[in-house]
Amino acid sequence: MRDARALVRLLADPASAAEVADWTPLIAVARAESLLGSLAWRLQGTALPPAVEATLEAARRDGEAVRTQALWEAEMARRALAPLGVPVILLKGTAYAAAGLEAGLGRSIGDLDILVPREALSDVERALLAAGWEWVKEDAYDDQYYRRWMHELPPLIHRERDRMIDVHHAILPLTARPKPDMDWMILASLELPDGLRTLHPADMIVHASAHLLADGDLAGGLRNLWDIDRMVRQFSGRSEDFALELRECAWQHDLAPTVARALRLARSLYGTPVDRRLAGRARMSDALYRRRLLARDGWGRSTRPLTRLGFYVRSHWLRMPPAMLARHLWVKARKRP
Amino acid sequence: MRHLFRLQVGPVAFRIGSQWREPIAQLRRLYAGYPSPGGACDFTVRLEAERVWRRWLRPSVAIRGDYVLPDAAPLPLAQGLLAAEMGMNLQMALGQKRFLLLHAASVEKQGRALLLTGHSGAGKSTLGALLGERGWRFMGDEFALLDLEDGRLHPFPRAVSLKNESLALFDGVDPDRLGPVLAGTPKGTIRHLRPNDEAVARMGESAAPVMIVFPRFGRDFEPAVREVGAAEAFMRLTQASTNYVALGERGFEALGRFVTTLPAKAIDYADTKQAEALVDRLWAGK
Repeated sequence: MRDARALVRLLADPASAAEVADWTPLIAVARAESLLGSLAWRLQGTALPPAVEATLEAARRDGEAVRTQALWEAEMARRALAPLGVPVILLKGTAYAAAGLEAGLGRSIGDLDILVPREALSDVERALLAAGWEWVKEDAYDDQYYRRWMHELPPLIHRERDRMIDVHHAILPLTARPKPDMDWMILASLELPDGLRTLHPADMIVHASAHLLADGDLAGGLRNLWDIDRMVRQFSGRSEDFALELRECAWQHDLAPTVARALRLARSLYGTPVDRRLAGRARMSDALYRRRLLARDGWGRSTRPLTRLGFYVRSHWLRMPPAMLARHLWVKARKRP
Repeated sequence: MRHLFRLQVGPVAFRIGSQWREPIAQLRRLYAGYPSPGGACDFTVRLEAERVWRRWLRPSVAIRGDYVLPDAAPLPLAQGLLAAEMGMNLQMALGQKRFLLLHAASVEKQGRALLLTGHSGAGKSTLGALLGERGWRFMGDEFALLDLEDGRLHPFPRAVSLKNESLALFDGVDPDRLGPVLAGTPKGTIRHLRPNDEAVARMGESAAPVMIVFPRFGRDFEPAVREVGAAEAFMRLTQASTNYVALGERGFEALGRFVTTLPAKAIDYADTKQAEALVDRLWAGK
């Protein structure tokens, strides 16, 4: 297996399972891309060899435990923050699980990601510290780096449950060029029965696209793109106006080109039905993104080091202007022992 | 990867890839007679150079695979077999979700199994392997696999890793069953022992667990037996399990059933003869 295309094909078309000759590389790639649980749900009910079925059944069961733990962690944060009376919006995996979305089925969930209004940040920080969360990094420069330039607090970990929480006040670093309208996004968020919130469906896709393409080096990109595929399908099925809403949100948040690229990639890899007006015409550079997203061999190893390096450099370039980047790298390099 | 070995151990199948020939050749020899997986492998282990040039220059083997420990130290190529063994253990410890994994040895007689567990150095592994040579069926010395549905114990008869002082206890075994002497490993000098033919032939047969034993070794110990309550056994087994927390409620249920239906005993012993006698006595009186 030269790249992860076989996994992508199977996710897009479960019927192709009948043609798989060797499952071992597929399982290794799915694990490496954190997509084994998603694959297991996608292939549920498909006729599979017994050994594969056993592995996928275990992955589905594991997904249930992951989901329970993630929702419990969200509940812990809710209890700690409820007295503040500020909106607490779940993001990413925990949000998909809490909202019962298809994207949440079998999805790996690591840290708890929440979004709160920026002006509530210091109250939220204090409440979490009082409820047993602690700083992971005790480093003055890193701490200042997060606080001045990033879109989240430095990570906190709970001292008893050993789980991390990322407290965001924006969906992109403050230094990034696009400026999403966070007030609008928080205002449009939806309340869940327990009082926690999720982003508006269109904003969920905007955030997932920003997370995939405008913040980071595309690590875990196939999984993030799968989230987008599932959500586009599910939300489009619910409302005919969804394409219009998504288009509006993408413009509103200064992220139309990012969302467009994410939709084109989802369409070409997972066959996602997308709004042509928003997705726009295919671009030459899309191929480069696909090349990066699929850079994984049948042993689960990352491949194409130059492409990866290129996207790694790009991630820093996106995150901050050149002079700031130079200063940041200089400080980091001097600190290395 | 250039060199490949596929291995079935009980209900678990491994695919092991290596950039070097030696570790795979050693695995083939050590696991001669083991079945090859009929279908997909559960886990992939990769033995690869930590840096490109370390494939040739002072070759050092990084232990990688589906699951990786970020700060695991690489081993010299001469210890490549150990790297493969550690790689398989790592996949089980971090990735196995089909069973509750207990760090324990297990042996079986007439379809009923005895579980030996305790801190490392307590002697469970040596004791389990010795019993396996004396009329018991050896089911495994590293991990016991407890079925989450029916509470049965599945065999996982990997090669036994014998440390310096235990080697002498196995003087009489067929030398063909022994792996190469691995000197200067992080665990001292070790040598692997292939379980006997019966253990390999019956690796597909699960057994009903009927007793938990916590052995404790000390040169000046008087042989002794003590009852262990269900609550204490539960706590000690949560510490002996690598995936108890990850399994969530299912792990709690399975372990709860296990400790409330099985008697648990602690034994103190000063030499293996005493330990065998104590185990026989417990087994006869159960």
